[in-house]
Order: sequence, then structure tokens, then C-alpha cells
Amino acid sequence: MRGGRTPLPHWVDIGLIPLANVVLAFLVAGFIVLAIGENPLVAVRVLIAGALGDSEGIGYTLYYATNFIFTGLAVAVAFHAGLFNIGGEGQAYIGGLGIGLVLLAGDRYLPFSVLLPLTLLAGAGFGAGWALVPAYLQAYRGSHIVITTIMFNFLAAALMVYLMVNVLIAPGSMSPQSREFGPAAHLPFIHDVLAPIGINLTATPLNLSVVLAIVLCVFVWLLLWHTPFGFELRTAGHSEAAAIYAGVRPRRIIIISICLSGAIAGFVGLNEIMGVQHRLLLNFAAGYGFTGIAVALMGRNHPLGIVVASILFGILSQGGTELAFSIPTITRDMIVVIQGLVILFSGALPQLSRPWFEWLFGMLQRQVPAMRGV
Amino acid sequence: MAEPDNRNKMPEGVGTPPPAIELRHIDKRFGAVHANRDVSLSVTRGSITGIVGENGAGKSTLMSILYGVYEADRGEILIDGKPVNIASSSDAIALGIGMVHQHFVLVDTFTVLENIMLGSEGGALLRRGAAAARYEVDRLEHEYGLGVDLDAVIADLPVGALQRVEILKALYRRARILILDEPTGVLTPQETDQLFRILSALRSRAVTIILITHKLREIMAATDAVYVMRAGAIVANLRTADTEPAELAELMVGRKVRLTLDKAAGNFGGPALVAEGLTLRDEHGVLRIDNASFHVRTGEIVAIAGVSGNGQSELLEVLAGIRPPTGGRFTASGREVTAETPCNPAEMRSIGVAHIPEDRHRLGLVTAFAANESAILGYQRDSVFSHYLLLIKQILMSHCAMLMERFDVRPRAPMLRSANFSGGNQQKLIIARELAREPKVLLIGQPTRGVDIGSIEFIHRQLIQRREAGCAILLVSVELDEVMALADRILVMCGGRIVGDLLADQADERKLGLLMANAQGREVSGAPGVGEAS
Repeated sequence: MRGGRTPLPHWVDIGLIPLANVVLAFLVAGFIVLAIGENPLVAVRVLIAGALGDSEGIGYTLYYATNFIFTGLAVAVAFHAGLFNIGGEGQAYIGGLGIGLVLLAGDRYLPFSVLLPLTLLAGAGFGAGWALVPAYLQAYRGSHIVITTIMFNFLAAALMVYLMVNVLIAPGSMSPQSREFGPAAHLPFIHDVLAPIGINLTATPLNLSVVLAIVLCVFVWLLLWHTPFGFELRTAGHSEAAAIYAGVRPRRIIIISICLSGAIAGFVGLNEIMGVQHRLLLNFAAGYGFTGIAVALMGRNHPLGIVVASILFGILSQGGTELAFSIPTITRDMIVVIQGLVILFSGALPQLSRPWFEWLFGMLQRQVPAMRGV
Repeated sequence: MAEPDNRNKMPEGVGTPPPAIELRHIDKRFGAVHANRDVSLSVTRGSITGIVGENGAGKSTLMSILYGVYEADRGEILIDGKPVNIASSSDAIALGIGMVHQHFVLVDTFTVLENIMLGSEGGALLRRGAAAARYEVDRLEHEYGLGVDLDAVIADLPVGALQRVEILKALYRRARILILDEPTGVLTPQETDQLFRILSALRSRAVTIILITHKLREIMAATDAVYVMRAGAIVANLRTADTEPAELAELMVGRKVRLTLDKAAGNFGGPALVAEGLTLRDEHGVLRIDNASFHVRTGEIVAIAGVSGNGQSELLEVLAGIRPPTGGRFTASGREVTAETPCNPAEMRSIGVAHIPEDRHRLGLVTAFAANESAILGYQRDSVFSHYLLLIKQILMSHCAMLMERFDVRPRAPMLRSANFSGGNQQKLIIARELAREPKVLLIGQPTRGVDIGSIEFIHRQLIQRREAGCAILLVSVELDEVMALADRILVMCGGRIVGDLLADQADERKLGLLMANAQGREVSGAPGVGEAS
């Protein structure tokens, strides 16, 4: 169980190395931009300005980040229980379905104050329910959770197409969408919330879901590191034998952690359906579930890290859109390549730069006592 | 007699061959920890040199430097008199240094030969390489009398054989210097003897051997010279023939150590733990515990002796509630447990049954957790640690600090990861956690496996103290010395059955050895296979 050759200070591990990985990803992306004949420095400027330059850019960036926080947290919760939940995509999709169903059923009769708790329950409940079957199969039948959750993503997509095309489609509509919800079923936009207190922001899709995302971060942090249940969950994640020794039932942990994971993923539907689209439609969860895996990896499965990683991916999403607008040779596909590089370097190769830092700190450690004249 | 400073008197004469290994002024720090302080040693070619020291004395770090796992901050390494630079273990292997680790690194599903070839397959197709390797390994086997079946699958082999595979692996890579890190920790007395026979065969063929251990008896039995390390420095360099265990122990610990144990006459009460016809079949239908009946009274230490793998581990797991029995019953603190009325570990704890498991890395603590978290493992639901559903960090910290103080866990660092404590201190932390509860029944497996002398003495005293406080203690150990020093009564397990039940003062090593090995007419040095044969 010997880790690296030189133990690194904590802040290097969680701060400097991820930063170095991102810089590395941007360097490689810069060469690609150079290769297609554009100036990478200009591209970076456009990207940053587009994402953070004005309140509109920031609003969009945070709106994307909200989804990433939900799916990233979902992956992290399962990860601490030693499980890899690849099904965030499907759980987000079905969570959104639950939210949409509640709103379609109740938007004409119930006030917002009643609808909101119901939608929260529905989003969490549908997401958790969709995760329950893979969780059960893992816990009691030994079917690998990675396989089953991937398959459930496809099932979710197929189910949604069926429902949208055959059942929930608005009468007379040409596209598979439900009718628009009534105003009682709209989650307020942040720019609308802040306007009365004199803060005027450009209209963006950023809505109150972002508050829920932050609340969930705190909740997950408390749950995992400050409750007996979180202690048991992490114990089971590190060693099933130790968990059994400690009187924990690993199967129970599997069921609860995966359902919790699904419930958190389900809130993507809150942001998208209740917050932005105001109707049920297809593909609103597109890609967020998978990006959540990269977000969790990059954020070291810690809520704080996940917030930082989510904002970075938000910047890439929003800035990338701007980039595609301003520099026509850099297409949408190029943006996907850049995002892919960031995922590659910080998600898939997080230890890539570690040896360099170990070497660097090894040198420093040897230098410092020498300088002190020891 | 040699003093620490005589180490500089290295013979550099023209006629004498240079030492096989010479370390000069090796210094290594890990952050604040000064793991090796100006260590110099020299090992003669074709000798067995022991390095003893308590856990954390720096033995393993020193050997890791020699094997290229760590780089020294300062100092020189000379092999056969030539200065070398060992930056990685492949450098070390190229220089003819082989290492047999405490925990074996073998592929379970491969055969012995495949494991030995691993990393030097010799070409894209296996067949030619395999034939050449088989020829060479066969030769080594015969030369040193290792007695390993090359076509056996690793998973089927007993621990003693695995170790011989590791030795073969090193020899196959042309190792002329062999480092063995705590090689006897997992061996039976008979396997240990066999290992020492192999080592002296190697010595007679000019292989240089470094033996890292904390078992003084082994140093006395196997080595030619011995270095004693304490707190990162070499404190003595002795010829084995000129020293004795008590002196080595004193040098290691830095104070007088009692190697024997004072124990008051027993004051036994009623039975606190009673097993009747206890039986366990595992998921493959193999009988692991076969109709075991025994009892442990309050204030009594009952030890279970036996070659490891004969059902002792399973017995502890059943009694701790980790596995339900498949037949029979046992009663602990008044709770009856049968196949129909199983009991989980949390409930066993709540009725005052504490369990200190054999495998501290897998069960006893979570190596990735901070010490203060490992210090509540199993008691995480106890209301003293929480306030309104939340675990209170300050309480965890002060609880852990208290345990560390009372049970002398070093370093006293509740925030340090459990993995970063030495084996002995990890064990003391677990023992502290369980004993602080003042259990009525204590189940304890291999309490001092991989634990240094100073800690062994401490742990034994703690157990005796619990016994005097009226705790019923069931002890499983493969160390016969320990069994005989602690126990009031000794049960011997073989093939899942209890084959002997004797009072401690009637037992001696020979009698126990016979019971352990010969109950089924099995060859003494043979595989300690699990109770399939009953």
C-alpha cells in the first residue's frame, strides 16, 4: 500500500496538480487551434470573455455549472461507497420526467409553494427509483453496477421517446414536447429574483436550482464526513470486510448510496424542466450525466472540488459556444475536442503530472535542510 | 564486545574481498520524520546478517533505499566495493539484489513457473521462454532444495510455499544478495525451520542474505552478524555468537525488557462464552468448523493453538457475529446464537463482546481513514460521539487522543492516516478501541503478529489486566510462546476440530506441536490446508 515515492503536501495534491492538468489540457488544445491556423491566445481570450466577461456570460456559465454539480455530486456519493454510478444520465432524465409529470398534473390547481416541494420529491424519487433496480441487482444478484446503469441509460432514453411521442405530446404539436407549464410551475430566474432588490442582470437561464445545488453540496459534505451513516458508507467503500466487522450491512449501503446518487442526479430535471424549458421534452439531460463523472474525478469526489470543477466545465460550455460564434473555423466539434482534452487530462490522467511534482518537492525537501545548514 | 562506533573499522586491506554491501552515512527524512540517521553498515559476502529493531526503527526504509524504492537524501551505497546508484528496483535487480517482501507479490491464478517468469518471459511466444525457465528453475530448485511444484497454481499453495516461490523468483533473476523482510511472520515453526535450512544452503553458495526481523530467537538461530537499529540509527553491530536475546532486546528498546510474563493465579467465575457443537460450512460446502464445543469462564484466558488455516479464523468470525454458524450454538453474555437466530457484529458489541481481528488491515481498521476515525470503527453509532445526528470531530479527536495516551500509540497524531502508523501502533490503536469498552468477552486473533517487542510486552500486560478484571478472553495465536505465556487453558484446533484441551501448565511445545500437526496423521511440514480432510 505504498503510495507515491514522496508524500506531497495536501494543497499540492488537491490544488496544484489539478490546476497543472487543466493548464496542460489547454496547452495541447492550443496546439490544435494553432494547427487549424488560428491564434490560440485569441481563442482563449474569446473563451474566457464569453464565459466570464459579463453578467450574461456568468449567468450561462453558472446555469451549466448547476447541472454539473448535480451529476458530479451524484457520482461522488456512489464513489465513496466504492461504486461507480455511470447512470447519472438516465437518472437525470427520469428525475426530470417525474418533475414534468407533477407539474403537468398540478400546475393549474396548485400554487408554487405546494408545487415546489412536490417537484423536489418527484425529481429525487424518480431519480432514486430509476437507480434502485441497478442497486438491487448489484447488492443481491451481483450484477455489476457499471453495466446495469449504462443499460438503464438506454432504457431511460427509449422510455422518454415513447412517452413524449405517444403519451405526453401536446395535442397538435409537431415536435415531441409537452404543453408549456402554467406560470405557477416556473422556478424563478435569478435575474427576476434579484431585480426587486435593485440588482439588474441580463436575462439568463440561471434559476433558483443553483441554490439547491449549493445546499446539496453542504448536505453531501455533512452526510459523508460528519454523520455515522456517512462513516459507514465510506467504510464500506474502502473495505467491505471492515464494514461487516463494524456492524454495517454492505447491501444496505449499496442500495441507499446508489438511490441517493440517483436522487441527486434527478435534480438536473429541476434546473432544465422547471427552471428553463417549462415543458417536458427530449434530450434535456444530454451529456450532463457523463460529464458529471469527469467533474467528480477532477473534483476529487469532494463537494468543494466538484463546485470548482463544475464552474470550469460551465466555462468551457458557455465560452465554447461563444468561441464557435466568434471564430467560425473553430466549430462546435472543436469545442468538444477541447472539453474532451480537459476530461482526458484531469479526469482520466489525473496522476500524469504527479511525478513531476514529486520530483520538484523531493528536490525542495533536500534543499531546505541543506540551506538551514543541517 | 562491539560498540556502535566500531563500524568505521571496515577492513580495506588488499587481500580481503570487499564487502558485498556497504552503506555509508545513509540519511533519509520523510518530512518531519528522520527515518534513517547516518546509517553505515557492511555485510560480508556469503553471510547472513540480521537487522533487528522495533517497528518504525527504520529497518524497512533502509532496505527500501537499498532496493531502490526510496532514494537516500545523503550517503553512498557500495556493492562489491564499487559505488552504485540505485534509482529504482530494476537497478537493484540488475545489480543482483533480490527482495522478498513481507506481503507476497504473486499472481494468484498463475502457476509457480508463470510467476517466476513474469517480467522475463523471453520473447513474444511463451513456449521457448517457458522451457528455458523451467530448466533453470529446476536447477535452482535442486541446488537449494526449495521443494516447490512448478506447475501448482499459486492460490492452492500454503503461505510457506509462496515464500519459497518468492525466493526462487529472486534467484531466477540472478540475485546474489537477498533481502528478506520479516520472512517468518506468517510461517509455522516447522516452515520457519525449513526456511532457515534454505537460507544456510544459499549462504554456502555465497549468496549474501539480509534478514529483517524483530524475532530475537530467529536472529540467534539463523544469522552470523546482527545490526540493531533504534530510532533510525544503528545502535550496535554484533557478532551473533557474542550476544544473547536479552541484550538484543535491551538494545532495541533502549531499556530492560522482560521477556517473561508475571501472571497471578486465576480467579475464574462462571462460563461467559459457551459453544456447543458449533459448526460452519462455507459457501463451497467445505467444513470449516467441525462440531466445536468449549467454554471460556470469566477471568480466564483460553488460547486456541493450531497451524494457521485450521478453522481458528473462522471460529473467531462466527463468535464475533461476522458469519452465522451453520450448525450448533454458542452463548455469549447470555445471548444464544444459532443458525436460526444469527447475530450481527453490532449486536455482539452491544452485549459486551469485543473482537480484535487477526487481519488488522482488512478488518480492524480502515487504512485510508484518519486514526480518530479508525478509533470509532464499530462504535460509530454510539451516542457519545454524536450530537443531533452529527459526529462531533472534537469528541472523536479527544477520544482518540485519550486512547493513544492510555495505550501508548505512537505518534500521538489523531489526524494521521491509519496506514501511516507502524503495524504495532495500528494494533495498539485497535486494542485500545476495544479494551477501552471494558468488554465482558474478548475475542482476539494474533494479537502480536508483526508487532515489535516493546509493544508485545505492553499488549500482553493489557490482556493480563483485562483477565484480572474478570473478562473472558479467547485468544487465537500461531505463536506458541505467546499461547503458553498467556493462556490458562489451551485448545488445539486441527482441520476445524478441537483436538486437544489442556491446562497451560501441562502443555509444552512438543506436546502442542504433535497435537497441531499429527492429529490427522499429516506430514508436519506439509500444507496447512484448510479442514477439507475431516
